[in-house]
Amino acid sequence: MAGSGGPSVALIRDLRHSYGAAVALDGLSVEIPAGRMVGLLGPDGVGKSTLLGLIAGARILQSGEVHVMGGDMADRRHRERTGPRIAFMPQGLGKNLYAELSVFENLEFFGQLFGQSRAERRARIDRLTAATGLNPFLGRPAGKLSGGMKQKLGLCCALIHDPDFLILDEPTTGVDPLSRRQFWELIDGIRAVRPSMSVLVSTAYMDEAGEFDWLIAMNAGQVLDSGTPEALLARTGAPDMEAAFVALLPREQSAGHREVEIPPFVPGQSTPAIVARGLTKRFGDFTAVSDVSFEIEPGEIFGFLGSNGCGKTTTMKMLTGLLSPSDGAAEVFGKPVDARNMAVRHRVGFMSQSFSLYGELTVRENLSLHGRLFHLGAAQIAARTDALIAQFGLAEYVDARAASLPLGIRQRLSLAVPIVHEPEILILDEPTSGVDPVARDQFWELLIDLSRNQGVTIFISTHFMSEAMRCDRISFMHAGQVMVYDTPAALVEAKGVDTLEEAFILYMEEAGAGDAAVEGARMADGARIATDDQSGTDKGALLRFSVSRMLAYTFRELTEVRRDPVRLVFAFAGSVILLLIMAFGMNQDVDEVTFAAVDLDQTPESRSYLASYYGSLYFTEAPPLATPQALTRRMQEGGLSVGLEIPSGFGRGLRQGNPVEVLAQIDGANPSRAATIESYVSGVHNTFLRDWRTENPAPLAAPASVTQETRMVYNPTSESLMTMGPSIPAMLLIMFPAILMAVSIAREKEIGTITNFYVTPTRRAEFLLGKQLPYVAIAMINFAMLYALVVLVLQVPLQGSLLALVIGGLLYAFAATGYGLLISTLTKSQVTAVFAAAILSMLPTMSFSGLIQPVSTLEGGARVMGLFWPTSYFMQISVGTFTKGLSLGDLRNDLILLAAFFPVFFGLGLAVLKKQEK
Amino acid sequence: MRWLSTVFWLGTKELRSVLRDTVMAIFILWSFTLGVSMKAQSSGETVNNASVAIVDQDRSALSARIDTALYPPYFQMPDHIAVSDMDTLMDEGAYMFVIVIPPRFAADLIAGRGAAVQVNADATAVSQASLGVGYIQSIINEEVARYLDAPDQPAVVDLVLRRSFNEAGIAAWFGSLVSLLDQLTMLVIILTGAALLREREHGTIEHLMVMPLSSLQIAMAKIWANGLVILVCFSASLVLIVQAWMEVPVAGSLGLLGLGTVIYLFAASAIGVFLGTVARSMAQFALLMIITIFPMQMLSGGMSPVQSQPDFIQPFSWLLPSRHYIEFGQAIAFRGAGFDVVWPEFLVIAGLGTIFLAASLLLFRRSLSAGG
Repeated sequence: MAGSGGPSVALIRDLRHSYGAAVALDGLSVEIPAGRMVGLLGPDGVGKSTLLGLIAGARILQSGEVHVMGGDMADRRHRERTGPRIAFMPQGLGKNLYAELSVFENLEFFGQLFGQSRAERRARIDRLTAATGLNPFLGRPAGKLSGGMKQKLGLCCALIHDPDFLILDEPTTGVDPLSRRQFWELIDGIRAVRPSMSVLVSTAYMDEAGEFDWLIAMNAGQVLDSGTPEALLARTGAPDMEAAFVALLPREQSAGHREVEIPPFVPGQSTPAIVARGLTKRFGDFTAVSDVSFEIEPGEIFGFLGSNGCGKTTTMKMLTGLLSPSDGAAEVFGKPVDARNMAVRHRVGFMSQSFSLYGELTVRENLSLHGRLFHLGAAQIAARTDALIAQFGLAEYVDARAASLPLGIRQRLSLAVPIVHEPEILILDEPTSGVDPVARDQFWELLIDLSRNQGVTIFISTHFMSEAMRCDRISFMHAGQVMVYDTPAALVEAKGVDTLEEAFILYMEEAGAGDAAVEGARMADGARIATDDQSGTDKGALLRFSVSRMLAYTFRELTEVRRDPVRLVFAFAGSVILLLIMAFGMNQDVDEVTFAAVDLDQTPESRSYLASYYGSLYFTEAPPLATPQALTRRMQEGGLSVGLEIPSGFGRGLRQGNPVEVLAQIDGANPSRAATIESYVSGVHNTFLRDWRTENPAPLAAPASVTQETRMVYNPTSESLMTMGPSIPAMLLIMFPAILMAVSIAREKEIGTITNFYVTPTRRAEFLLGKQLPYVAIAMINFAMLYALVVLVLQVPLQGSLLALVIGGLLYAFAATGYGLLISTLTKSQVTAVFAAAILSMLPTMSFSGLIQPVSTLEGGARVMGLFWPTSYFMQISVGTFTKGLSLGDLRNDLILLAAFFPVFFGLGLAVLKKQEK
Repeated sequence: MRWLSTVFWLGTKELRSVLRDTVMAIFILWSFTLGVSMKAQSSGETVNNASVAIVDQDRSALSARIDTALYPPYFQMPDHIAVSDMDTLMDEGAYMFVIVIPPRFAADLIAGRGAAVQVNADATAVSQASLGVGYIQSIINEEVARYLDAPDQPAVVDLVLRRSFNEAGIAAWFGSLVSLLDQLTMLVIILTGAALLREREHGTIEHLMVMPLSSLQIAMAKIWANGLVILVCFSASLVLIVQAWMEVPVAGSLGLLGLGTVIYLFAASAIGVFLGTVARSMAQFALLMIITIFPMQMLSGGMSPVQSQPDFIQPFSWLLPSRHYIEFGQAIAFRGAGFDVVWPEFLVIAGLGTIFLAASLLLFRRSLSAGG
């Protein structure tokens, strides 16, 4: 391991890092020279990203030492000081960008995080976008940029604060050759102006390695070798870097590797396997694929090349019947592609860009499930599965879950899965992106075997020119159109160049006269991207809580919400509909009680007794029944709420003062309803007796009695709506804001933009509060909507203090979003976040907050849950101001308690949220 | 036959996914154990454990008697408060009922002058207030009569009130049925809907669509697998938590209740599939789920009686399978009804499920291409 001789920007000693049982870095030590362009070389999954994350301070150091720019990265103060001097661009196309935000808004946001003034930001954005050719696209959302442009924008965002140390994690993976070349020219331009800047880049493309000043070759969490490219070539005696890397690998790993040999393709049958005629696909006003035609011979390997977003995937999906073309036709085996044609599906295998495996199933389960779905017999499945496991070298992983497999193995499995049923056509969408050269060559040997020995037609898309060279014929695609298709050799010859890459670039530049040419012309300005203007930023200010940085998050979140309004529409429209349905539907007034009688007496007295029931507003008369048995039967069917049995002799008993019993049977299945009905029945009964006594005075005088004055406080008419109206908003105003909020941070974790929080000087409180404010605003809009409905549509008057209601609403909005925020910081995925937010809050909100059962009557666990849930207090405030007519002073205690929830949730969120990734 | 075997094998994959998802397993466990029992014991609008305060301005033996006559489970032990605090305490929702016994209350009664007691009820809890006032009235009358040693006046016509099916009126019986249904609804919708969305987010749905599978098979596999998981949990919860632990008797046939639950699970999971088809992302799905589950739980008749719903809501709530579940669930569990009584409800639920399923199949492929 040779030292660079010069000063170093980073010094790493005995670094170890593991994720659960998987070891990513295994005692790695290396020195990274300063002021140079350093390449970190190695296949996927060897720990490159982990190493870069640790150097950038984005990950929590587990064991070992990382010194960057003269300080220990384990020290928080050093991280805070050096953080603003480092720029980190994580792996993945546009991973650190906000897809809904425009190019300009993305750059603005990063500028704000580094405390730049508006004028300074403007100047920097102009300079950066001019140099990268992004200027004409300032208003375009980042998500709609091509892969190459995304990476340029990512670079601009990283460079906005003039970092001294630029760390790029696989910036060119999955980017077409033309954009790749432009990207490197851009970096060279910047380095020409700021030679002191250190650059550390990881890459899986070995052919890029020659461009670096210094190389570090990595494998299995350790450094294989480091030095200048020349030194490495000399040491291994290899002709190129790809060979040099293979030579550096431990023997057992490179042993299986040999040059891929392709027997020549001999066209056989005359009917083409796949035919596309004028295929066109439009999404709205955007044409993804335009008039694409080609023919593929049976047994041929047909390659598909083109920049990202040029329509390769869409074309493939049309050929498989996943998408139906807007125009034109596709044929497979001479038959039109039809989504309903099951016979054709048996003959085609498809491997999509995102490996279509079930991560939670094991290798064998994935294979046999596939066989089952294609109706192979059990014996056949066993034989086929075993054969594939042997052929693809999966033996040692049979019982491992697909999600836990290393990338290369997973990719082999995803090729094995679609060929379980021995299809005649295999459609593969970028199957080798991000896979190391050894594994890629092994993969190709499998493909060649399928094509040459088993006559399978293969249709494959790729970014690798070395792979394209192996295809029998290839097509170049750009902006939805196939420019040309022929054998690779013929294409190279037609352009009179040496390599396919050069031919590709020439074709692309010809076709893409638009943006590609603009970008090419601007390239000379690359130098302008760098600047020595360091004045505007006050470095000290970066370390303190900054309102403007918090607002940067607020505005960004607001913009994102505005760009994806469906969520808001669901939340607003949903809450309005729910309010109306539930306020009217949750009626606790018991009326229309179905009632039937068996009158065994049939006297004027019994009829008059029954008439007093029929006359009551609460009872609805059902046809009378003849026998008590019939009554019981009707009750069992649920058709009756009350059955009344009047015995024979009722009339006589009443007249003569002999005791008689009337039996009232009440359906007790719903106890609360039964209790109310009981009180109605006794009420009618007692009224009848009192009236009867008045008309037929009894000999005895009535005893002295107590009169009860009943005061139905707050709701004299006892209308359900008076309580339900103000109660339901209290319920809705926690569920919707909490769910909207819960997604926000979990989503950043899932997409990867959370890295921007790790590597910029953003403080945790700025991040949390900044993200929360827009949702508080949204909750307040919802608040206004719902209470307007309560007053205007439900006609429940606000009798108490409006100010108390609004203050309560604001505190409640903070509490609800604070709860969502806490859930969001605790969970890793959006799914878990939304369900945790919904399921955990549903029970206390619906049952323990006084909606139906007053909080003061709850017991045990229910009581405790109610007391520690903000809805209980806001329910008091809402019902209090509306129905009880309370003032601000009356509600003081509830307001104070409600106010306590936000700091608690926020504090817990702060404690849980880490400023670094694990 | 081949069609069914495909659905079966695809379903085994769903089963494995659910069973290997630890977080979901915890949610399911929580919902069917503590979730069910806590909710069951707190539900209902009957007067249960109501908070009472007495403003005793009399301080006589009679007022002391009234004080001790209010006891659990209907009422909490009454607190004594000053008349000046009454309004504040009621405003804070500390007491549901405040009884004011005036000065010289007992003396006036003994003197045969008659006296008045004031009962203040917090009528924001509508039904508890009106029921509670009735209970308090009869308790006071009884205590006064006993105090004055007045003979029980023989009533000419005695009204015998008998409750069928839940004689004691224990709220937890009905509450347990409702809370089982609520958990059932929520979890099966979440499981099936999320399973569909997850396939789309991971791109595996495309993989399924290029295989010789129809959308109906994909949907049916999700329905049977997720439904089965919930059915097993439901049965265990019914037998262990509701019957054994909470001691709620089930009058009718458990098998019939199980059959109805299977039909209901079909309908509810079809709703899950429908929401999973309509929603573009997990966030949207969660919001749609809330919009669906809230009315399903609150308008089912479990929280407030269906008969009280106004006429324009009735047709809407008729479309909710949960309303029919409560109807046949009550009939089977408490009234001991047989198949001859509940089959119309079964039919309606199955019909509703078929409609939701058909609607999602219509949207299925369209949603795929829009997502692609």
